[in-house]
Formats: sequence, C-alpha cells, structure tokens
Amino acid sequence: MIAEYGHMALIVALCFSVAQAVVPMVGSFVGYRTWMRLGHSLALGQLVFVAISFACLTAAFLQDDFSLQYVANNSNTLLPTQFKVSAVWGAHEGSLLLWALILALWSAAVALFSSHLPLVLSSRVLSILGAISVGFGLFILLTSNPFARILPFSPTEGGDLNPLLQDFGLIVHPPMLYMGYVGFSVAFAFAVAALIGGQFDSAWARWARPWINSAWVFLTIGITLGSWWAYYELGWGGWWFWDPVENASLMPWLVGTALVHSISVTEKRGAFRSWTLLLAILAFSLSLLGTFLVRSGVLTSVHAFANDPERGVFILAFLGLVVGSSLLLFALRGPVVQRQQGDTEVVSYSGLSREMMLLLNNVLLVSAMAMILIGTLYPLIADVLGLGKISVGPPYFNFFFVPMTLGLMVAMGFAVFSRWKKTDVQMLRQKGMVPFLISLSAALILPLFLAESITWESYSMTAVITLGAVFWVVTMSLEDLWQKLDRGSSKAGSLVANASRLKNITKLPGSYWGMQCAHIGIAVCALGVGLSSVYDVQKDVRMVPGDRVAVAGYEFTFDSLDFVQGPNYGASRGQISAYKNDRLVAVLHPEKRKYEARNQVMTEAALDAGLTRDLYVSLGEPLKGDAWAIRVHVKPFVRCIWLGGLMIGLGGLLSILDKRYRRRRQPSGVVAGVGAE
Amino acid sequence: MHPLRKQRLQLVILLVVAAALVIGLVVYMLRENGNFFYTPAQIISGEAPQNTFLRAGGMVVDDSVLRSDDSLWVQFKITDGIATLTVEHTGILPDLFAEGEAAIASGKVDENLVLQATEILAKHDEKYTPPEVADAMNEAYKQKEAAKNGSYK
Repeated sequence: MIAEYGHMALIVALCFSVAQAVVPMVGSFVGYRTWMRLGHSLALGQLVFVAISFACLTAAFLQDDFSLQYVANNSNTLLPTQFKVSAVWGAHEGSLLLWALILALWSAAVALFSSHLPLVLSSRVLSILGAISVGFGLFILLTSNPFARILPFSPTEGGDLNPLLQDFGLIVHPPMLYMGYVGFSVAFAFAVAALIGGQFDSAWARWARPWINSAWVFLTIGITLGSWWAYYELGWGGWWFWDPVENASLMPWLVGTALVHSISVTEKRGAFRSWTLLLAILAFSLSLLGTFLVRSGVLTSVHAFANDPERGVFILAFLGLVVGSSLLLFALRGPVVQRQQGDTEVVSYSGLSREMMLLLNNVLLVSAMAMILIGTLYPLIADVLGLGKISVGPPYFNFFFVPMTLGLMVAMGFAVFSRWKKTDVQMLRQKGMVPFLISLSAALILPLFLAESITWESYSMTAVITLGAVFWVVTMSLEDLWQKLDRGSSKAGSLVANASRLKNITKLPGSYWGMQCAHIGIAVCALGVGLSSVYDVQKDVRMVPGDRVAVAGYEFTFDSLDFVQGPNYGASRGQISAYKNDRLVAVLHPEKRKYEARNQVMTEAALDAGLTRDLYVSLGEPLKGDAWAIRVHVKPFVRCIWLGGLMIGLGGLLSILDKRYRRRRQPSGVVAGVGAE
Repeated sequence: MHPLRKQRLQLVILLVVAAALVIGLVVYMLRENGNFFYTPAQIISGEAPQNTFLRAGGMVVDDSVLRSDDSLWVQFKITDGIATLTVEHTGILPDLFAEGEAAIASGKVDENLVLQATEILAKHDEKYTPPEVADAMNEAYKQKEAAKNGSYK
C-alpha cells in the first residue's frame, strides 16, 4: 500500500505545483495580495507531499518491496541498509524524484526566507519555480514513475544496485550536485521575475545573490565529491575524464562562477545588468541540458542508466520550452531593464578597472563553457547528421581549458588589487613586483626538487607554469590581505600594529574572506591538477605473491592474497606493503569483488592518502597460476585537487554569511510588513 | 569617420577576427581529436584508415583471449557478425571484459589489420551494450538476413 500512498502524494504535489504556478502569477498581475501570498503556502504544501512521496519510496526500499519495478531493479535483500537508502536515487526514476524533492526544498526555502522581498517579486519567483515543478512532476508521473508495480508475478529477490554505486561517495554526491543544479532554478526564477516586472537594480542583485551563491556552493562541493568518488571507486586512479556527464555538471558551474562574479558588479555598481540576467538563465538552462544528456540516454557514457526515447523527447521539449520562452522574454524585456540604469547614475568604467577584470573573468569562463559545450554536443550532432560515430577525446578539452584557466589565474592576481571605475597601472605594477619575483623563482626552482632526479628530461615545463600561476595567485592574494589588515595601524612590526591587525581580521567583510578563500582554493586545485599530472607514476605489472616492484622511490611488495566474504559479494583481497627507504609506509588491501546478485566484478582500489602524495594500488585481473595483473600508482599532490574544491566551496559559504545580507533584512522586512497591512 | 564610430569599427573587426580564429581552432581540434568508430567489417575490408587513432567494437569471440605468461600482453578477437578483427593490447583489461560480451577497443590498425589498442572499454553494467556495438550488430544481422532472403529468390 505504501507505494500507492507515495504515488498519490506525488499526484497531490503536482496539483499543488500547478496552483503554485498559476495563482500567485495571476495575483501579481491583477493585484490580489491574498492570491500572491498563497504561493508561499502552496510551496510549503508541495514540499510536504513530495517529501511524503520520497519517504514512501525509501520505505519501499527498506522493506524490500520487490513488487515495485524500480526497487526490484536496484535493490536486493542483502544490500546493506545505508545503500538501500542511497539506492533510492541510484537510477533514473528515483533520481528524478530527488530532483523534485530538492526543487520543492528550494521553493520552500524561498517561501520562508523572502519576507523582506516585495510581495510581487517573491510571488512571481515562487510561481516560476512552481511551473518548473509542474514540468518535472509531469515528467516523473508520465514517463518515469518509480512506483510502477510488477503484478501479479513480482520477483522475490531484487537485481541489486550497480556495485559502482554501493559506496559512500554515491550517498552524498548526487544530493549535493542536485542541490546545485536545481538551486540555479531559483536564480533563473529571480531573473525571469525581474524581466516580467521590468524591475532590475542593485536591490534585486542583493536579494538574488545569496541564493545564487548557495546554489554555486552546492554545485562546487557536488562536483568535487564526484571527482573524488570517480578517483577511488572506478578503481583506476583517474579523477576527471571529460566524460559528457562530468561536462554536464562543469558547464553550469562555469556559468555559475561567471554569474557569481557578474552579479557583484550589478550589486555594487549597477552595471552588467542584462548580462547577469542572461547568465542566470543560461546557468539553469545548462543544468536542464545536463539533465537531458544524462537522463535521455543519448550518450555513450559510463553514467548512461536509461535508454528510452520517450523520456528524451519529453526533456528536450521541456528544455526547449524553458530556454525558448526565457530567451524570448529576455529579448523583449532586456532592453527595458538595461535602460533603467539612468535613474541614479551613468555607470562608466575605464579600460583598467575592477569591472573590466570581472568582464575578462566572465568572457574567459563563458568561452571555456562554450568550448566544452561544442566538444560535448559535437558527437551527438555528427551522429544525427550521419557523419559517423565520433568521440571527442581529452586532448581537445585540455587544449582549450588549460590555457583559459591559466589566463584566469593571471587575471585573478591583478583583480584582487583592482579598484572599481579606474585602477592605476603604476600601482598594479608596484604591487605585482614582489609576488611576480617570488612566483618566478618558485616556479623555476621547485621543479628541481619535485622530480626524481635533477636532469633536463625530468625538468617539467608544465610544473614550472603550474607553480608560477599558483604562487602568483597566492602571493597576490596574501599581499592584499596583509595590506587590508595593515590599514589604520601606524608602526609596522610593533605590538600595537599586530593587535590592530588582529582587530581588522574581524572587520573585513565575509565576502572578502570568501573571495580570498575561493581564489586560493582555485590555486590549490590547480596545484593538484598540474603536479599530479606531471609527476604521476603508474605501472601495470604482473606479480605473484612475494614479488617486489619499485615505483617512484617506493617499493611495493605483493605479500599475499586471500578470499573474503562481504555482505553481498565475495572478494579476492590482496595485501600489498609499501616501503620507502626500507621503512614500512603503508599496508594496502585492494580487492577484486564479485557481486553475487548481478554476477558483476568490480575493482576496489586501496590507497594511502597524504597531502603530498597518494599511494594507489588496484588488482587488475588474475593471470595464470598465482599471478595477478596489478596497477600501482604514486600520485603526488593529487589530494590538493579536492582540497582546493572544498576551499572554493567554503569561500562561497563565507560570502553568503556576509553581514550585509542579514543587516538589510530588518528594515526592509518592516517595510514589507507595513505594505502588507 | 567619427572617432567613436572608428573605435567601434575597430572593435567589431577585432571581434570578427577573434571569432574566426576561435572557430577555426575549434574545428581543427575537433578533427584532430575526434575518434571515429568502425566495425570489424569496415576495418577488414580496408575502409578504415591505417595508423590513425580510431575505435572499434564488437562481441569478444569465445575462446579467443590469449594471455602472455610473463607480461600483460593480451590478444583477442572481436566480431560484428560479418568479420572478425584481432586486437592486441598490453595492460589490464576492464572488470566487465569477458568472452561473448561487448567491448570497444581504441588504438591504431597496423599493416596486418590488427588493432594495436591503447585502451579497452567494456560495458559498465551487465545489462548495457554500447550503442555503437548494438547498431553494428543489428546492421550485420540485417545484411545477413537480406543475403539469405536474396539467395532463396
């Protein structure tokens, strides 16, 4: 019965979202305040019913109700409990239900935390979010119902969850990623509401900014977790494959990053208005495109779960409707929004200014996104046009993405020091001198120590460029921070000066700390990417127990091989010890698992993690006799990639916590309250 | 010309040139790095280029996998139902690689029409067949059926 309750709850939620889409919007045009305010309650109601539906599906998984097609395909009585819960979003239908749940969560959050917004704006935002829920609700109910039954002959045992997904990474990665994806729907709704109302100014930017930043933080963390999961769970030590599904999440992130920067110009200076709106529309459109790519099964990809044209056509139509109508609205209303700026001041800035630097940032980020978009869609388009079946390899993406990232990092160093309106070239030259010299010497000298031997062949230009860019960003950021802290202190070096520096730490706004943290995070991430790709050493070797192999200064011995029994799998488990200078560093236990329900073999790598290097061992396949094919990796600085990702996310979080978003709530909340009387 | 207009014209020309350069580069890079998919039949008949990086896919022929005793060298055959292609590779085969299952190999075809693969991909769960391979097998099946029907007439 529980599945039927879930199904019904989903239908009720759809009705709520239809009402949420229509009533407040009509109210905002006719001027009925009660109709407008109804949007808030409807959003909360919708959340309740989607949550009930989600809970019912989870319960079906926990009770092993294999009469549900979805449960039968993706669970098993032997599946550990935590994976029964995460299996809810392990495949197509359930992950869409998660999408719907998260959309309902965001809508409810908007409803709860929008009391300081003008009612017309918040009601329209909710109405647009409602319209998006209608699309997804219909999609689930019409094409991907997770509550479909197999009756009367329901199986007694389920097909089990794909072993690759039976992992902690998959418990947390999809919800985070979806929080980001779907979070951009709020940015989108704000943009469309601004276009409908024609009101788009600094106040709008200040309201929308925390929402945009939060979505961006979730997406950042989601992508980082995904990369980490791929690294240890796919078993072969790669952390980014330029797989279409990864690209699908990176594209909204790049546009989201551009948006996070562009909206700061809109808030502080009132410039880049249409551009900010366009980015908000684009970010969500790319999220939908990502959903289309992943969910329609058009891709040949490790992530392709489903293959059903009906679903593809539905999402494509939905995507077309959303993108088409919002761009049409943008074309019609964009000029109106742009012209509004005359009301206070003429926004002007010179060739070298913070505005210009942020414009450069936006151009680079959006170009990078465009290159990835072309590389991702080209195989699909070529296939449709009958040009043959093509796959675009990583060299294409690296060729464009790497120089653009380096360009961004060079600009980032200067941007921290640049001023609004106009920046003095002389000042930049002066401030940049010391960091430049530090970066140059670090870049030239450090590769000597990082390589195994001091020879020309092992002196890597990639490492020089990486270190140069990384040190440049970090030293420029730190110099700026130091000067900001110095402000107001008289005698440098004295105790008084140190005390006032400490005091200044608390005075600097959260958004400043956020920027610093995120920028240094980019540098840390780039350090990991650059150095791990240069100094990574990988060996595929044939070993019998007792064998030794030397890799990058480490000695690995294959001690033994046992058989172990897991809850739903049996595994060959090797023991490999790693020595450095004859001292034991780590004992690793890589496994080759065989999951019984699906009869599927999976490699479970073993790794010894460290900030400066990871040791990574996986069992390949059994060869004749006792021999195994074994892959041994030494990956210097690979952990910095995800540490950097987390720092970027933390930066976004710090800037959301900036006081100025909370301080303004009180007075305007009162005004809104008076207005509602 | 009005100085402002002149400035704008310069900007437009700059943008057009930059856009053209970028588009040229993108097309070039896509051509350089786009790997075409070929069926074993296309490769055996000489339709596929030699010494060019490409992908080929099909079902792994039963009892065709040969492993070296002292290295990671491996040889196996893949078929689309019409022709059979020999693939050689040194390294670890993916988890779901098995005889009688679909696999995709990427690498270069040498003068003996053997695919020297640098990477082997298998399906990622037991229900999935790579669409390229499925298409190729269907096509081969259709051709065979057509040939059979033709011979009766």
